Amino acid sequence: MTQTLMWRIAGGSGDGIDSTSQNFAKALMRSGLHIFTHRHYPSRIRGGHTYVEVRAGEQRVRSRGDGFNFLLSLGDSFARNPSEDAYYGNEQLKPLTEHLDDLNEGGVIVYDTGLIDEEDVAEIGLEERAEKNDWHVYPIDLRALAREHGREVMRNTAGIGITAALLDMDTSYFEELITEAMTGETRDQNLDILDRAYERGREFDITHDLRAPSGEHDSEMAMLSGSNAIAYGALDEGCRFIAGYPMTPWTDVFTIMSQNLPHFGGISEQVEDEIAAASLAIGASHAGAKAMSGSAGGGFALMSEPLGLAEMTETPVVLVEAMRAGPSTGMPTKPEQADLEHVLYTSQGDSCRVVFAPANVREAYDQTRKAFELAYGYNLPAIVVYDQKVQGELRTVPTDFFDREATAGMEGVLSEDELTEAAHDAAGKFQRYRHDVEDGSNPRSIPGQEGGRHLATGNESMEVGHISESPDNRVAQMDRRMRKLSSIREELDEMESSHQTYHGPADADRAILVWGSQQDTVFEAVDRLNARGESVKALGVSDLMPYPKTEVTAFLESVEECLVVEMNATAQFRGLTQKELGRFGPKLTSLLKYDGEPFEPREIVSGFEEMNSGTQPEGNMRLEPATGD
Amino acid sequence: MSAFTAIDTEEQADKEDFTPAVEPQPTWCPGCGDFAVLKALKGAMPEVGRTPEETLLVTGIGCSGKLSSYFESYGYHAIHGRSLPVARAAKLTNPGLEVVAAGGDGDGYGIGGNHFMHTARENHDMTYIVFNNEIFGLTKGQTSPTSPKGHKSKTQPSGSAKDPVRPLTLSLASGASFIARTAATNPRQAQEILVEAIEHDGFAHIDFLTQCPTWNKDAKEYVPYTDVQQDDEFDFDVTDRREAADMMYEAENRLYEGEVLTGRFYREENRFSYGEEKRRTGEMPADPLAERYFDDDAAWDRSADELLGRHT
Repeated sequence: MTQTLMWRIAGGSGDGIDSTSQNFAKALMRSGLHIFTHRHYPSRIRGGHTYVEVRAGEQRVRSRGDGFNFLLSLGDSFARNPSEDAYYGNEQLKPLTEHLDDLNEGGVIVYDTGLIDEEDVAEIGLEERAEKNDWHVYPIDLRALAREHGREVMRNTAGIGITAALLDMDTSYFEELITEAMTGETRDQNLDILDRAYERGREFDITHDLRAPSGEHDSEMAMLSGSNAIAYGALDEGCRFIAGYPMTPWTDVFTIMSQNLPHFGGISEQVEDEIAAASLAIGASHAGAKAMSGSAGGGFALMSEPLGLAEMTETPVVLVEAMRAGPSTGMPTKPEQADLEHVLYTSQGDSCRVVFAPANVREAYDQTRKAFELAYGYNLPAIVVYDQKVQGELRTVPTDFFDREATAGMEGVLSEDELTEAAHDAAGKFQRYRHDVEDGSNPRSIPGQEGGRHLATGNESMEVGHISESPDNRVAQMDRRMRKLSSIREELDEMESSHQTYHGPADADRAILVWGSQQDTVFEAVDRLNARGESVKALGVSDLMPYPKTEVTAFLESVEECLVVEMNATAQFRGLTQKELGRFGPKLTSLLKYDGEPFEPREIVSGFEEMNSGTQPEGNMRLEPATGD
Repeated sequence: MSAFTAIDTEEQADKEDFTPAVEPQPTWCPGCGDFAVLKALKGAMPEVGRTPEETLLVTGIGCSGKLSSYFESYGYHAIHGRSLPVARAAKLTNPGLEVVAAGGDGDGYGIGGNHFMHTARENHDMTYIVFNNEIFGLTKGQTSPTSPKGHKSKTQPSGSAKDPVRPLTLSLASGASFIARTAATNPRQAQEILVEAIEHDGFAHIDFLTQCPTWNKDAKEYVPYTDVQQDDEFDFDVTDRREAADMMYEAENRLYEGEVLTGRFYREENRFSYGEEKRRTGEMPADPLAERYFDDDAAWDRSADELLGRHT
């Protein structure tokens, strides 16, 4: 990959870091670049160090880079309250100091002297470190500039102006975004500040080599997050009901749906807890709507029992689970992949559900649609599991990717006409749960339909729905329900494009296996390994239940050894793979990370290189040696 | 044309239409109060002009939860304490349905207490019947949220140290717009109250005293009962919140002194149901959501047309 810009904006939570970074990223996209963003934020409303990293390149950018090369440090404005000194300490300075370890050689630092005291900076020895690492430091009072020509909050705009000057960027894209988003005096002041900051930046004696890359898109691009993609996939698949309770990092999906459902003719319900949320989605679905709910791991734990109810009553529903570092409250704003076994197995009894783990925006959209299609085609719950990384990172995707038909109507339901032909018992009750259906899935009727009345119950039941503890009936019903999973696996295996993603040379004899959000970082690492003469390929798995046995078996048979990369402490995905395939144990070494930060490509490279070294890689990672079958 | 022709049908049902032809007899014990709920509900439905296929009965778990097995309609037998969230979403999705939820006192005032509070405050247009026998029956006699203080059971061998839940007061404070108490020993009143509750446009809560002859032998058979609307001792305005609160407090106290006060305790008029409120704020479609999936002419907007513009 050619040189990419890796720009970080850092400040206090509540300082507008997120929105400023989004505008910056959008301007770069409009200038013809591909974008990837990474958010880091604390679990509090105001104050506390937060940053967003925007990576931009001429070609498709699929993950974070290694370190970064431009720091715009605005200081933490909420750490300035003198009465809170005792709590904050030198937190004001963190948006500068916390980043220095990651800044690459030749990197650029801009910091706001209006908030970050230059004497404090001298104390931390920035000058010496800058000299040693060839960093180029540009201190400037952005706060004063903003105050003089507008209001203090506009120092973010001033920061953008300086960035543009130091990277030799065209400011017209920023002007365009300001003009689109603002009106009146606010707009005029921001435009003025942008312009003045740019001019001020040009006055610096520019000593660094870094410049913004330039590029051109083949077609129009859009920049969106995994949360957007999940919500849009749900809407395009006909979902018109959502119920939820706020919990980071799932809240984004809930918010996007709630804001758009009225316009799409649907209903959103914020309810008392996640037990209610999942139960409402089930009630809405039973009454004839395509419905969803979701939460993070904690709320999903509360959904455990309704989830089993949906499996037993065969009520279709889609649940999304946004993983964060656990157990318990854990680290609310940090990603982790430790809820895999939670989503696969939670709720009493044998699991009968679909679970997908999309890795990025495109997969999130596609797999959310497929989750609805399967849930409503086979009358069972489907889960989309993702994490704070997929949820928050923005990526550029061609707009024509979304140019698909919306799905009308509802699968798996009989019309009143069809119900007159359907099997009923002697008393006229519809046989909702017949034993003898080949793919395991009976079509359902909806309350209010003539000729469809039946009982749906969480108890084991007979074909018309009456409670039954007959052993023969039990076996017939269990076997039929489980048959749905093999039917679904068959359907997924026959799809034109698999949910599993392959990367690297097909004839490579060493490999990396990964699932969910770490996939694209692994792919970037694979490119680097191959560039330096190794022969490595990777497989990113999204289908977790039913598991893609054929694909993964073929992949593992084709290689000598394989590194399994995941963000948890107990190698849950490796365990699942061994359980499902019953072999390959000696080939599978795990690379694990659970410090709250996603892998960087270089970490995967070093983990791969040290796979057989008998030593542990540097950093908060752990190699877990292969074990027997 | 509606995809749900059972809703608002011209057809008339009678009591027998709500009796399943095939299901074996109820498994309730002889003398159980639950039979009275079933009978009153079967009697009330034809009176309000509803048929089995436009009715959705959502039940919880326990002896009371089996109501949906013995009542002929669309039934959803959910999990312990969760009948209300399932029921209210069904009502929002297809408001033409007659939605009735039912469960026991453990179900409604214990494990599902949070849902009870919020469903009441939201004032969903549905009826909620709580079978209150002051005991856990199906699990064989443990103390329930409404068991009197001092009640001895296998799980509270020295007698309960807890004051019981006050179901009527709790309902009023939570925001229910119709609150009544009836008893299995008073079938005529029970059916009348059920008719009023079903016809009420809002959340109607009935605390239905159902004696458990097997596990709560100490408890009275809920006789003699007094109808607070019939007895001259009680003169209160059922639409006045303060007077209703006093009357409820009195009734709850007297139950534990051996006197059963039943009747209508509160009725709030001129309040929109939740669905109506949501329609007024524009957060619910004017036509039933469920119909859209069966309507070949329904428009299905695409995110590419409606939403993608903000990301370019």
